[in-house]
Amino acid sequence: MSIPLSYPLMLAAALFGIGLYGALSQRNAIRILMGIELMLNAVNINLVAFAYYLEGAAAAGQVFALFIMTVSAAEVALALAIILLLAKREKHIDIEQVNLLRW
Amino acid sequence: MVELAWLIPLLPLVAAVVIAFLGKRLPGQGDRIGIAAISMAFVLSVGVLVGVMNGGTAAGSVTWAIHGDLVLRMGWEVGGIGAVMLVVVTLVSLMVHVFSLEYMKGDVRYQRYYGVLSLFTFSMLGLVLADNLLLLFIFWELVGLCSFLLIGHWYEDLDNVRAANKAFLTTRVGDVGMFIGIMLLFSQAGSFRFDEIAAAVAAGDVAGWALAAGAILLFAGAVGKSAQFPLHVWLPDAMAGPTPASALIHAATMVAAGVYLVARAFGIFEPSDAAMSVVAWIGAITALFAATIGVVMEDIKRVLAYSTISQLGFMVAALGVGGYTAAMFHLMTHAFFKALLFLASGSVIHATGTQNMHEMGGLFKKLPITGWTWLIGAGALIGIPPLSGFFSKEEILIDAYAANPAIFWVLVAAAALTAFYTTRATYLTFFGAPRDRAAYEKAHEGGMVMTYPLIILGALAAVTGFLAGPFADLVYYGHPHRAEFNTFVFGVATVVWVAGVLLALAIYKFNLVSRRRLIQAFYPIWMLLKRRYYIDDLYNLVFVRGTIGLAMVMAWIDRTIVDGIVNGVAWATRKLSGFIGEFDLGVVDGAVNGIAGAFVVGSRLFRRVQTGLFQSYALVLFLGLVAGLVILVIGG
Repeated sequence: MSIPLSYPLMLAAALFGIGLYGALSQRNAIRILMGIELMLNAVNINLVAFAYYLEGAAAAGQVFALFIMTVSAAEVALALAIILLLAKREKHIDIEQVNLLRW
Repeated sequence: MVELAWLIPLLPLVAAVVIAFLGKRLPGQGDRIGIAAISMAFVLSVGVLVGVMNGGTAAGSVTWAIHGDLVLRMGWEVGGIGAVMLVVVTLVSLMVHVFSLEYMKGDVRYQRYYGVLSLFTFSMLGLVLADNLLLLFIFWELVGLCSFLLIGHWYEDLDNVRAANKAFLTTRVGDVGMFIGIMLLFSQAGSFRFDEIAAAVAAGDVAGWALAAGAILLFAGAVGKSAQFPLHVWLPDAMAGPTPASALIHAATMVAAGVYLVARAFGIFEPSDAAMSVVAWIGAITALFAATIGVVMEDIKRVLAYSTISQLGFMVAALGVGGYTAAMFHLMTHAFFKALLFLASGSVIHATGTQNMHEMGGLFKKLPITGWTWLIGAGALIGIPPLSGFFSKEEILIDAYAANPAIFWVLVAAAALTAFYTTRATYLTFFGAPRDRAAYEKAHEGGMVMTYPLIILGALAAVTGFLAGPFADLVYYGHPHRAEFNTFVFGVATVVWVAGVLLALAIYKFNLVSRRRLIQAFYPIWMLLKRRYYIDDLYNLVFVRGTIGLAMVMAWIDRTIVDGIVNGVAWATRKLSGFIGEFDLGVVDGAVNGIAGAFVVGSRLFRRVQTGLFQSYALVLFLGLVAGLVILVIGG
């Protein structure tokens, strides 16, 4: 049996929408970060799904998914470090009140 | 000894420098230094004269400037005429130096007086020794400067300052012509040296017009310096200076420099008939003209001044008729007897404190030495044989008679007037009743330093006439020439001087004719003479007033037109600047400000976009992506 391609794509689209909503709507930096991670994972699902369904693109899709996981791990580590410093400095992590880099 | 002639001018120069810088610390403010230097110069000059009489000549020169092929040398040379002049200048200068010891005693600027006297002697000796026109011109101006300084010696009095300026400026008029003449001759002959120019003239290298013009222009300098008509006006005023200085500068030496110049450059004058005629007539006119004014002057020094002008006219006229030797001989005798007359008048002024002859009278008893020496000088001036003036004037008259009878008769008339005014001055000063009793009572003869120079010059004025023979062998142009005795000339000259003397005595001593009646009878002429032919007034009107008037016109032009233009330009510039300023403020600054303002407005507008909230950026990013995808899908 096989699951049609549209299923994982819809899952990925839903996941991406949830992630995007989280990233754009939340004021807590950690939550935003979580939203971004969701979006990244939605992309990963897309890649793996296409790798599975498209002949000849299998290896490239899986390798790309692995790369994204690595990069996102690094990104999260960096982002968490920034958020940690922000929390230390401002005693909060409310992104709307952080304007340190604003003009 | 002749080779040492160059030392002669240097001695007074050293004295002048020493007196100028150290005079205050020296005994007698340095007067003895000046006298010592001039004494040595005199001894040397006599040595040079003896050497030259034995056939010696000497010259020397140094390179002054090199311009391409032209090598300009400045040098000295001494021949017969130069040696005689050296002795005359140093001798008269020495007498004046000594005489001044008492005359100038206690003067406010005693040191300066002696310094300038030495400087003058240096300049005059340099002028005599110069072997070229340029160097002569330099010394020529130097003697003019010394003359200026001595005329204005008592410069507290504005009249003396005016007289000094008048002398300086009037002679400068001639000097400008002289300089042009020098340059003209240089451009033609390619040399400043007298002998080389004369050689070029003789070889025909100088165009006829250039020769005549050059000679006449040179003569213009002589006219100024020797106070010939029409530039004579400065000399009578120059009497404002100390009397001994007048004796040296304005009687014996400097004023004779013009005559010397013509004689020295005779090789330029002699070949040009036009120049010779000009010289002869200027001299003759001056001789007569100045003598007529001398008749009415009341100031003893002014009588002598006009007499000097007249006698210089005799010399110039003699040169004009070719009487080279006669002119130079008269220059020498005149230097002695006129210096004597000036020093004697100085003695009189010293004794009485006045220069007006109408306030003198009867001084012969009080001033016997001055009186006797004056009589010798006056006799020489009149031309009474056997005094020196007789011989020299006779030579001039003989030469004039031979060359041009018209000139001769003019000179005879001048000689008659000379006899008249000299007798008049002599009688008014020394004889008759004293008119100023107080001055007469306190008048007394000066000391030895004043009387000895008078006696020495008196002796010279009496006997130098007998030197005519040796003089003619020494000073000549071309070949030795001595005027032959001429009975007719002698007769005429004797008649006129006797007539002049007798007429003067008749009027002033015997009162045969009332002077008041005479003045009334000849009032226009008397007034004309009294006002010196209105020449001074004319010059004052034309040149002084004219210059002032011209200056006023120029000032008006300057103020209204030139200043108007300047102010107009300034006004236009200001207006233009205002306009440009407006343009700058309005357009340029407006553009700049407008751009800046646009940026400000734009920034204000766009800064709203920069919320600083990354989520809004991300939203925009996402919306953009979606829009891109939509376009891709629809377009694709």
